[in-house]
Amino acid sequence: IIWLIRFILIQNRAGKTRLAKWYMQFDDDEKQKLIEEVHAVVTVRDAKHTNFVEFRNFKIIYRRYAGLYFCICVDVTDNNLAYLEGIHNFVEVLNEYFHNVCELDLVFNFYKVYTVVDEMFLAGEIRETSQTKVLKQLLMLQSLE
Amino acid sequence: MPAPIRLRELIRTIRTARTQAEEREMIQKECAAIRSSFREEDNTYRCRNVAKLLYMHMLGYPAHFGQLECLKLIASQKFTDKRIGYLGAMLLLDERQDVHLLMTNCIKNDLNHSTQYVQGLALCTLGCMGSSEMCRDLAGEVEKLLKTSNSYLRKKAALCAVHVIRKVPELMEMFLPATKNLLSEKNHGVLHTSVVLLTEMCERSPDMLAHFRKLVPQLVRILKNLIMSGYSPEHDVSGISDPFLQVRILRLLRILGKSDDDSSEAMNDILAQVATNTETSKNVGNAILYETVLTIMDIKSESGLRVLAINILGRFLLNNDKNIRYVALTSLLKTVQTDHNAVQRHRSTIVDCLKDLDVSIKRRAMELSFALVNGNNIRGMMKELLYFLDSCDPEFKADCASGVFLAAEKYGTDSLTSLHVTAVLSCVLAGSYVRDDSVPNLIQLITNSVEMHAYTVQRLYKALLDDISQQPLVQVASWCIGEYGDLLVSGQCEEEEPIQDEVLDVLEGLLVSNLSTPVTRGYALTAIMKLSTRFSSVNRIKKVVSIYGSSIDVELQQRAVEYNALFKKYDHMRPALLERMPIMEKTATNGPTEIVQTNGETEPSAVEPKHPPPVTQPANQVRTPYSGSYSEQDSSAVTTQFSHDIITFPPSVFQTFQLQLLSPSSNVVPALNQGTVTQVIRVLNPQKQQLRMRIKLTYTHKGSPVQDLAEVNNFPPQSWQ
Repeated sequence: IIWLIRFILIQNRAGKTRLAKWYMQFDDDEKQKLIEEVHAVVTVRDAKHTNFVEFRNFKIIYRRYAGLYFCICVDVTDNNLAYLEGIHNFVEVLNEYFHNVCELDLVFNFYKVYTVVDEMFLAGEIRETSQTKVLKQLLMLQSLE
Repeated sequence: MPAPIRLRELIRTIRTARTQAEEREMIQKECAAIRSSFREEDNTYRCRNVAKLLYMHMLGYPAHFGQLECLKLIASQKFTDKRIGYLGAMLLLDERQDVHLLMTNCIKNDLNHSTQYVQGLALCTLGCMGSSEMCRDLAGEVEKLLKTSNSYLRKKAALCAVHVIRKVPELMEMFLPATKNLLSEKNHGVLHTSVVLLTEMCERSPDMLAHFRKLVPQLVRILKNLIMSGYSPEHDVSGISDPFLQVRILRLLRILGKSDDDSSEAMNDILAQVATNTETSKNVGNAILYETVLTIMDIKSESGLRVLAINILGRFLLNNDKNIRYVALTSLLKTVQTDHNAVQRHRSTIVDCLKDLDVSIKRRAMELSFALVNGNNIRGMMKELLYFLDSCDPEFKADCASGVFLAAEKYGTDSLTSLHVTAVLSCVLAGSYVRDDSVPNLIQLITNSVEMHAYTVQRLYKALLDDISQQPLVQVASWCIGEYGDLLVSGQCEEEEPIQDEVLDVLEGLLVSNLSTPVTRGYALTAIMKLSTRFSSVNRIKKVVSIYGSSIDVELQQRAVEYNALFKKYDHMRPALLERMPIMEKTATNGPTEIVQTNGETEPSAVEPKHPPPVTQPANQVRTPYSGSYSEQDSSAVTTQFSHDIITFPPSVFQTFQLQLLSPSSNVVPALNQGTVTQVIRVLNPQKQQLRMRIKLTYTHKGSPVQDLAEVNNFPPQSWQ
């Protein structure tokens, strides 16, 4: 059993990738294929479906916020509900950091979004869960620019 | 050379593109500009250029020419440069490029940098995409940082260590000393990552697992503090303190307690506490409860705790949130074998989930329902499952139909058979949703429900008129028509009744159709043959049979030839041979595959000796003193007597014979040679072959099952000549 996050994706409904963080080795074409497949699988689902999809031999935990899908790919035996919380935690931090975040914020500041991800996740695991701590770090990093 | 445009500018410009082609053009233009800028080795704008390149890469355009530039950025002294450089490395470089090895030295230096943020960047990059070689080179640095007093760095170092261990498991030993005091941390973040590190180490190495078992009391204490302590604003999520940490600790406890009684016992209390005290109104609480349930199920917990866990899952099933229902069903499916009774209590809720809107919930509910069917609830469950079969999506129908067959076979009693047959027929008629291996099961079911024969054959005949492409359906239908064709034309039909010739037309149609598989053709031919004793148009049937005596299909040819012979030389035996199939008793789940060959096999149940047999005689020795008595009839009846602690079971006679086993005289053989059990076996030996019999005995002796083989070759010649 490998309990690690395989990848984290943020995509919009049209299929444009706003963030792709990979914690496992994939070829470029594999990555592209995965992105397309995830998009296809996730956008056909609606409110009457669960937030979990079996995908190849993993599973995807996803949640839709406005026009964006936040997807985390984990092992089939992992705790779905905990990762749902993880996604929400991440989104709340983004919201706080960008002051009512919208998709354009993620587009124009894509490198900052990666910084947020790297503050909260590392090596395919959740690293820091305290929103206050993460925001403090992010502000410190910002001051160095 | 004018300054390269800013990142924002580029993004804004690209977003104004109205077509894909326009966008591509802009991108190419910018890439060309960036390339020439790189060639000029311009330090000032390198960062900006790489950032733009990364944006274009995210849109899906190639960006390899920027790889070396990333390295240069990493080597720079400015933080902003480093930051973009590392990001570029993580996005553009991976293990397969040799270039990435050049990073190793930079990372090494940065791991020892004076600024923690630079160190953090290096740790992060190493932890996300470090290759095995890099990890080997830099493991020492990571280990050092694991022991630093800076909690920001310790967190990152711990997870970086996890990555190193994943890439190079042999290095695990190296991190062992640093783990000594990990759990005495107050800082939640460090605690969290430490637990993750410990989990990874315990999963990979049984020695580590044994070594860390002693941490169980400490983990229990930490968990307890988390639950009991008051509000802690930093890690609070909806009123629960640091649920993520709780979940990780529970998972580590699960691994530590897995096959260890002592550890499991030490955890019992805290698990019960978490299970009862956690707030369930929000997803957060349920996430913790779920992990708790998983842990309880995996360790050696006492039964009270297990029941508690299953009840939690049962409560989940009633939750409005479908995510939680899904998760509950998945877990219940895993535990239904081991904790069957506890799961049974929630059966009605599970059955309700069959009506859920989400496909994956429906599927799990279906699997779980089949697992829960037993002799007591078969009637109610069947109703629900049949309703489900009727209304479910096509992707479920095949599995549901098979499940229904198996359940009916295992638990159906006579009074329920008619219900089953109706149900089963409806799914067969639903189309190709029946799996091929269900055909024999279905046939057996139909045979045994005597009062349904007329109805069954009518419905199947009608179905055949509509569609002959679904092979399982066609096979079952032809078999039924062959068996019950007389009922079909005899006036018992509710609707318009076919005449004999029409029925024969249909069956002959199957023989010639391209859609029929060879197996189906075999069924059809045999059905036609059987009708020779049920219909009056014998001449027509004779003609058909003789035509196929020269068929290219060997199987068909053999059958036709044998049936021809039946018409000619053995016409006196034909009625007996082709008479109705008797009720088949319950066989093993892979029922008779070649139905035409045998006349039904009965398998007597295993035996329980009443008195313990004498110890001196090893139970495996079977003496079969043959005492035969045979009578002169068309078929030779052989009575065999066995004196020992055993009972007979399916003797296998070689394929040239046909066999009919009648029930044995008793199920129990008294010990100490105090009695015998007699079983009559009727053998049809049309080819007058020498009788040989191989017997396989399966019985219970002193409670344990025993198997034995024996052969009987000394039948007197008069019995078979």
